[in-house]
Amino acid sequence: MTCTDFLAQLTDYFDGKVDPALLADVQAHICECHHCEVVLDTTRQTIAIYRENEIYEFPTELRERLHAAIMARCRPTP
Amino acid sequence: MPAIQSPATEEIHPDVALVERAKKGDTAAFEQLVRQYERQIFRVAQHITQNREDAEDITQDAFLKAYEKLDQFQGNSKFSTWLVRIAVNESLMRLRKRKTSKTVSMDQDVQTEDGSIPRDFAEWRPNPEQLYGQNELGDILRKTIQGLPPGFRTVFTLRDVENLSTEETAEALGLSVPAVKSRLLRARLQLRERLSRYFRQKNGGPKP
Repeated sequence: MTCTDFLAQLTDYFDGKVDPALLADVQAHICECHHCEVVLDTTRQTIAIYRENEIYEFPTELRERLHAAIMARCRPTP
Repeated sequence: MPAIQSPATEEIHPDVALVERAKKGDTAAFEQLVRQYERQIFRVAQHITQNREDAEDITQDAFLKAYEKLDQFQGNSKFSTWLVRIAVNESLMRLRKRKTSKTVSMDQDVQTEDGSIPRDFAEWRPNPEQLYGQNELGDILRKTIQGLPPGFRTVFTLRDVENLSTEETAEALGLSVPAVKSRLLRARLQLRERLSRYFRQKNGGPKP
């Protein structure tokens, strides 16, 4: 398996959806190729860091103001 | 062979009852849906537009639109996916109006291979969280995602930040599953490459 072949499987690998016939090759490539091992690890960290850190604040004041504005606009028409 | 059809006893999402009540004019039911999803919709809008005021307007407009079109919601998808789709469309429309970016459709960004081929192979040690304080880390994450083309940013936001499935992301964006997977791979690799400038192990390996 080449590095390009490995990258093509990366999304499925994260989802645990690699074709079983290919999985052993993918795992072997990770063991053999340090570059791809790093890409795998740092891509995993990229996803985790954005998932775990809420980068845009949603303070209570804003939430309440928005909520009130939404509900003021969403009223049944008589 | 796995069964193609899902089992008959499929679990009914609690939103279904709320939507049904809201359709009959129950404002309290709709308010509960607003409460459940206002944070998510605001976050999606802010990620796509990168502008807080726009995100506020879009959040309001998306819920109003959902309210007005509730009858059109057939329940073929989750209510949240349907709502996210409205918010994404509103956000992309807002970007087009602002014209601060040349590429605001979901289709134009795919031409670029730039940054999608891994070049930086340094490990990230110590962990980014150990390397930077919370505020500084937040700045880095905001600045980095801002640099992604909007189409990639949108896919990454729905799939990886909001944790929608690939299928739900495809549905919310009106894209095929392979198109989502291809954009997602490139978005992740571009982000990884850009973040590596900050997080790469300082000793060893070429400087960025």
